[in-house]
Amino acid sequence: MTEQPMRKEESLGGYIVHNVPFPLDTDPEALSILKRLAPISIEQEYKITYLHSYAQDSPWFAALTNKRLLACREPETGYTYANPRGHDMYSGQETEWIDITDRPARVHTFTVCHFGSEEFLPETPFVLALIEFDGVNTLLLTRLLGVDLSKPSLDWVGMPVRPQFLRNSKLKPTDVYFVPA
Amino acid sequence: MRPVYAVSGGVSKFAKARPDKTFQAIVKEAYDYAIDDIGLDFPTFTRIVDGSVASYFSDHFARQLMAGIMAQDYLGLCPKPSHRVEGGGATGGLCFQEAWKSIASGHMDVCVAYGFETMSHVETWKGNEFIAHASDVSFDYPVGGFYSGYYAMMVTRHMKEFGTTVEQMATVSVKNHLNAYHNPYAQKRNRYTIQDVRNSPMVSWPLTRLDICVMSDGAAATILVSEEGLAKLEAAGAQIRRPLVRVTGIGRGTDAMRMADRPHVDYDDFIEHYATEQERSSTETAAYYRRLWEHGTRYPGIHSFRAGRTAGNMAWKMAGISDPLHELDFVELHDAYTSSEIQTYEDLGLCRYGEGGPFAVSGKAFMPGIEYGLELPENPLCAVNPSGGLIACGHPVGATGLMQAVFAIWQLQSSIGQHFGDEALQVPVARKGAIHSHAGTGTYVTVSVLERED
Repeated sequence: MTEQPMRKEESLGGYIVHNVPFPLDTDPEALSILKRLAPISIEQEYKITYLHSYAQDSPWFAALTNKRLLACREPETGYTYANPRGHDMYSGQETEWIDITDRPARVHTFTVCHFGSEEFLPETPFVLALIEFDGVNTLLLTRLLGVDLSKPSLDWVGMPVRPQFLRNSKLKPTDVYFVPA
Repeated sequence: MRPVYAVSGGVSKFAKARPDKTFQAIVKEAYDYAIDDIGLDFPTFTRIVDGSVASYFSDHFARQLMAGIMAQDYLGLCPKPSHRVEGGGATGGLCFQEAWKSIASGHMDVCVAYGFETMSHVETWKGNEFIAHASDVSFDYPVGGFYSGYYAMMVTRHMKEFGTTVEQMATVSVKNHLNAYHNPYAQKRNRYTIQDVRNSPMVSWPLTRLDICVMSDGAAATILVSEEGLAKLEAAGAQIRRPLVRVTGIGRGTDAMRMADRPHVDYDDFIEHYATEQERSSTETAAYYRRLWEHGTRYPGIHSFRAGRTAGNMAWKMAGISDPLHELDFVELHDAYTSSEIQTYEDLGLCRYGEGGPFAVSGKAFMPGIEYGLELPENPLCAVNPSGGLIACGHPVGATGLMQAVFAIWQLQSSIGQHFGDEALQVPVARKGAIHSHAGTGTYVTVSVLERED
């Protein structure tokens, strides 16, 4: 038997109302009750389309569309970021692109999201994971697939994984995801 | 820098939704309370106050740019100077410190810090989406931006590296909810058991709904003064409680927006740059940390907040604190998650890194005289979140750090009973306390120390 929640999820939307009760006269006695009225709430839609440039990080997305995973390396120290980063945080020097697609990778940590931001609610449950790579100093946030969502376990930490790429790129960081190696 | 005194504060009732008032009017509830508490009337205080700092996190929630000036206007503070501060969840803590700067620098003698958030204007999951935009919108948010998910990943690593358990996390929830049972300002005043916490709906494994704070509408305000400001208020008839409460330590730290970008430093780097004074002076602790590093721990990684450690160390140094657990009588810290309270015990040096879980169930962070229904092996030592914290009080972001300041002022004034109508949450000997405000995945963190001048 599937257990039902005790409370219904709230949502917006409803009837359109064109008038609300108000005193027929505006004498002082009638106006005095206005302080005792419940507030009026209305819906206000707010929708924007942004033109968002990936700017100097664009090659990282271009690589994903070609099924390669790039990282950024400081040329002298070798400090390597799994995420795109145009300049190194220690030397201030410009970084260079390197290919880490085939580097050994493991789950550094993870969670199973049963809820999420509104945009991602239809995708729940899903696994968020931070991935560590051999020879890379920082981690990469990604989705982990191919695991049993009903049995999350600390044993997943350290699990060898490999990248997979969407065949039809969306030019988003989710163009790459990871699965058990 | 000049001495800065926190003389008064006010908090609106925190609630899931306050459709009865605009945000300006909710701020005025807190502001009026703070003025009334020092026995001044509105016009007199308006005449004396030099300016303000406004605190709110999200233009998205308000759907109103420059909301700060609308509060300033409603409070009758125009044309006095003001500015808005924003730094995610730490916005309130930053606001408190900006007001402190205004006084300490000599720019103002009387400054009011007010903050608010009205998060009820959107549904919960849209609200989570707004908050998730406080993560990198190119690389974090699109992957499945969700703060509870980010914190769940942190504590998964904490559990793996240090053996922290979900029951230890749930103990924090039981403590904070039960503390809030005695706090009339709190949003959630409930008695829970560890089993209740674990049986509540799973939000992001291993965090359940009762491991996580809720969204709120609310406001808070504090009045900070110099010695000259104190004299001006008292000359106008203000009744300022003695002993005075002085702000003696200010600390801030930061970290990378993308949690994935955080460094994983080696043992020597940790000891040199991040260890507390107490940790550095203990050979036993040095050996303990050496063992952690030998087993693979790196700092801060994603299990710890170096922004919090940096802010704490800075504030402790300024306030002359070397052993926060024994020198502080209470801490109001940013427990957006039970797990982050445990992480913050460690950042603030209340215990060592890796020992936050056992510390949570030790009893040291509990209030004396309250029956929690738990077996606690040790006596209360330094109450953490005696108010109930964010988990139970609520988290109207721009107000939260200021709420902590107000509760700290009341603790140090020994006036909790008067304000709460219940003495249960008055820390018996409250001489020194800290407030801790925390943003994002640990991107901005503030720590401020307040002391009673005996």
